[in-house]
Amino acid sequence: MIKIFKNLKPYWKNILGILTFTMIGVLCELFLPRLMGNIVDNGVVNGDVDYIINTGLRMIMFAILGTSSMIVSAYLSSKAATGFGRDLRRMVFTKVEGYSLNEMEKIGTSSLITRTTNDINQIQQVAIMSMRMMVRAPLMLIGGFVMAYSTNSTLSRILLISGPLLLIVIAVIGRVAFPYFKMIQEKIDKINKVMREELSGIRVIRAFNKVDFEKKRFEVANRDLTDTFLRVMKIMTLVMPLIMILLNFTNVAVIWFGSKLISINSMEVGQLMAFIQYVMQIMFSLIMVSVVFIMFPRASASAARINEVLDLDSEIIDGRDKLPENKEGDILELKEVTFNYFDSETPAVKDISFKVKKGETTAIIGGTGSGKSTILNLIMRFFDPTSGEILLNGKNIKDITQEELRKHFSLIPQKTVLFTGTIRDNIKMGKEDATDEEIIEALKIAQAYDFVFKNEEGLDYIISQGGKNLSGGQKQRLSIARAIVRKPDFYLFDDSFSALDFKTDRILREELKKVTKQSGVLIVAQRISTIMDAETIIVLDDGEIVGVGNHKELLKSCEIYREIAQSQIGEEALNNE
Amino acid sequence: MSEENKDIERKRRARRVNNNQRGQGQGARFAALEKPKDFSGSIKRLAGYLKPYRIRMIIVVLMAIGATIFTVLSPIIMGRITTSLYNSVRAGLPIDFVFIRNTIFMLIGIYLVAASFSYLQQFLMAGVSQKLGYDLRKQANEKIHKLPLKYFDSKTVGEILSRVTNDIDTIISTMQQSITQLITSALTFIGILVMMLIISPVLTLITFVTIPLSIIITRSIAKRSQVYFSKQANALGELNGHVEESYTGHVTVKAYGREKQFIDEFNEINERLYTHAWKAQFISGIIMPLMAFVNNIGYVFVAVVGGIFVLRGNITIGSIQAFMQYTRQFTQPIVQTAEIINVLQATVASAERVFELLDEEEEENEENKILKLKEPKGEVEFRNVSFGYSKEKPLIKNMNIHVKPGETVAIVGPTGAGKTTIVNLLMRFYEIDDGEILIDGVNTKDMKREDVRKLFGMVLQDTWLFNGTIKENIAYGKENATDDEIIHAAKLAQADHFIRTLPKGYDTELNEEASNISQGQKQLLTIARAILANPTILILDEATSSVDTRTEILIQKGMDMLMKGRTSFVIAHRLSTIRNADIILVMNNGQIIEQGSHDELMKLNGFYADLYNSQFAA
Repeated sequence: MIKIFKNLKPYWKNILGILTFTMIGVLCELFLPRLMGNIVDNGVVNGDVDYIINTGLRMIMFAILGTSSMIVSAYLSSKAATGFGRDLRRMVFTKVEGYSLNEMEKIGTSSLITRTTNDINQIQQVAIMSMRMMVRAPLMLIGGFVMAYSTNSTLSRILLISGPLLLIVIAVIGRVAFPYFKMIQEKIDKINKVMREELSGIRVIRAFNKVDFEKKRFEVANRDLTDTFLRVMKIMTLVMPLIMILLNFTNVAVIWFGSKLISINSMEVGQLMAFIQYVMQIMFSLIMVSVVFIMFPRASASAARINEVLDLDSEIIDGRDKLPENKEGDILELKEVTFNYFDSETPAVKDISFKVKKGETTAIIGGTGSGKSTILNLIMRFFDPTSGEILLNGKNIKDITQEELRKHFSLIPQKTVLFTGTIRDNIKMGKEDATDEEIIEALKIAQAYDFVFKNEEGLDYIISQGGKNLSGGQKQRLSIARAIVRKPDFYLFDDSFSALDFKTDRILREELKKVTKQSGVLIVAQRISTIMDAETIIVLDDGEIVGVGNHKELLKSCEIYREIAQSQIGEEALNNE
Repeated sequence: MSEENKDIERKRRARRVNNNQRGQGQGARFAALEKPKDFSGSIKRLAGYLKPYRIRMIIVVLMAIGATIFTVLSPIIMGRITTSLYNSVRAGLPIDFVFIRNTIFMLIGIYLVAASFSYLQQFLMAGVSQKLGYDLRKQANEKIHKLPLKYFDSKTVGEILSRVTNDIDTIISTMQQSITQLITSALTFIGILVMMLIISPVLTLITFVTIPLSIIITRSIAKRSQVYFSKQANALGELNGHVEESYTGHVTVKAYGREKQFIDEFNEINERLYTHAWKAQFISGIIMPLMAFVNNIGYVFVAVVGGIFVLRGNITIGSIQAFMQYTRQFTQPIVQTAEIINVLQATVASAERVFELLDEEEEENEENKILKLKEPKGEVEFRNVSFGYSKEKPLIKNMNIHVKPGETVAIVGPTGAGKTTIVNLLMRFYEIDDGEILIDGVNTKDMKREDVRKLFGMVLQDTWLFNGTIKENIAYGKENATDDEIIHAAKLAQADHFIRTLPKGYDTELNEEASNISQGQKQLLTIARAILANPTILILDEATSSVDTRTEILIQKGMDMLMKGRTSFVIAHRLSTIRNADIILVMNNGQIIEQGSHDELMKLNGFYADLYNSQFAA
């Protein structure tokens, strides 16, 4: 919590200003009751009308001065707090953009999103509240006490009793209620969970005629939430009445003892009236302070989450060497590569060695969790291998920059990602200076030309967030076009044809062959039909290579390949071949 | 350059559209800007829900009135002490402690009564609103089980969920806080006004000058700040969109080396957010000091004029003290009422969304249908069936198929071809427009939906399991299933082995996303569930994406087991299933375009032949 507020440093001038101006504002505010008391004690008692009017004018001047300093302070604090939020956001975002997949997975994408948005907003909100109230309330508290003390020291002893009492009451209630609030949140989550399940499983529920069962499940959660709420409310509704009683009783005590003091001439009536107002101001600032304190636990949880992001450094460090040229065409080579995910003891891939040459297609087949995508991620250096090395033209990819490395590749990931913006923008991600002609050519190869130009906007068609206005197949074709426009040395396809219907899939692959002639292709797939005609097929099982060869060879030599083929194509078809 | 700007603007617009869509889903949080459609009508309907709690509501109102009266009275009583003190001091008489003591006892009494009144009132109101929330949630849940599938297919889960959760929460919290606050504020305002008038009409007039001033200030500031707040909300939405996109597309961004471009864009939005945010914060931050200023001006006027009045003997000093306390409290109820009215509008908008759900058209009541199949054989016939999701776009026209007991129907076609339509019609998730579907010669429309569904077992790719143990999930298909039956079903479904390797075996609790078991294992569980249910007719989806090869083989074994001797409708992906099927339905763009056996369809040399060759021929 404190650590994160160190980032307020650039705003120290603002904060100094906030302190100064709030101080002025508070002093002005505190002076008003004293002047009012003077009106009574000096003006009214003595019958001095001029004095009354003069004091009134002085009061207005104080009011103006106080208000203007509070406005200045509000200006300074809103700039400082929102600027602080802006800085944090920038720091976190820049940091995350530098993360490798390792760090991404360590924290989790959705958690990172929450940290960059909600958590920082939470901190910013606390910063605003602190600058407004946390500064003002203690000043008010001290000032009020000083004023009360200087008005009448004997009477101010009452405050020493009722002030702490108020804090105790708030603390006790807070302590009792806090776990309940957590409980309520859990019950709300529970009921939402049941509801969400019922909505997403509506077909299954009806298919199994389980409506009554589900109603009962919901009823239990609903009843539970309501009961917990009622229990909490019994306590929470006590807060305001209790505080009011405390405030009012303090006032009564002040009046009673004040009267005693007046009777022995050690106090005046106007002073008593002013004193009552100081008591109010003090008690209210105590309440304010406790309100801010309630916000702190939540905010410090946010702060811890943000700090975690800022403290986590990417393990992948750029090398400095240049990539050597290779006259016979680029070669990618994996040498005994083994990789463990950060939290796992068993390696995701083990002892992987193979080469990808220009003009050849290499395919990797295997089920989910067999480590296919991991290999692609290692080649792109989203992770570094635990042992072994990956060589590009004979150079370890750790020794060159990530930028240099990735220039040679087009990765078409399994989950298609397009970004908000025009189709042109999205294709241009592959090649910054691509001309419309190049883009159109890529779209044609990717079988995307027809649907893109069916819209009037053509390349200017705006893709909405997450590509919601396109079908899965259309998105996949655009992401392939984006890869083609790059004209890379190597294509890395990660199960990239799964959303296409059979016909498009076939045509696209035929067209692709024309452009990939000059490049090396590495395809990862689950469907045997996609990879049957590759020059080399690597069969992966549980992270290890269990077979290498072409389709025909593998059918004979590799048990697992045969099993997969059987289940996907069927016994008869295999025998027919 | 201008092109670039246009591009940015376009992007911005696209994101904003997204934000709006998201806003609808989030309901309450964005509701402050919405206007209810029929304010008084919806209020009346909401009030109708409070009818059972009428007596309590009356008590609540009475308590609120009582508490307010006492609160308003106390300053003037306290003022009497000051007056007595002042008079004694002025006249040089000894202070009347008896009077003061009596008055103080009276004050203590009043404070205690007022506090207990307001506690009771808040407590009762909390009870009423929580029970109202319970009722609304229950009704909404029951309603959901009565709505036709069409409703769920046309809305997202988030959209419906937000009505049942966020919107109802908004209603409850308004009920609990704002309603009594509204009563108290209004009464306090009136009470204070009366007291002030009694004390001094002239002073009241002076104070009144400050009221329009505070209204003008609050209004004009609120208007301005709303502009900045909505700009801030837009920028924030845009920023969130950008962050979400950048992080979920992290691999792509890195693969194409575009980190810098994304950071630049982020900084641009972030900077804009900052500009709007500090203005919004500043403007809303000066409301308090400005209101305090207006208040202080009133305070000064009262002090000066009141002082002069006391001098002239027009008024007692205690009254001035009371009057000053009143002016301090005076503006509060006005500000509060303005806030509450905003909250009320949002609440009524929420209530309308909830009512909209409750008013949705329900499925036809089938209480009077008593036809049941005693010994179902599994003969299925589509006779002249026509259907379309909307009247304008008929998908199936005059479809006729006859499936004998134990036969297999394979449904094939590219992704998104509408293969689930057949499932929807068989299970009566949707009603056909024309013709009839017969099971064992009985029109399914003559049976209750539940009785039709009892005949079917379903294993879909979308494996729905609920938050419970594995045992409970398998037993979902059959009430009162014994442990032996459950284990037997799991064994047949090839699931027994993996379940036993889990630390708690059959008692393993599936967590919310059921992420503690793999997708393939989930599918095995749904097969076990279907086996235990022992249906006459099966609906299967063979698609096994994101399942590892070994589990895939297990799943297929399980499915083969399940299909033995049952009429089956299979959304087919395996060549062997398709070739061995008795009837193949070929679908494209939602329509059945070819139908027949494998050999017949190959001879036809149409879509199916094309599809078959491209997918399976090497």
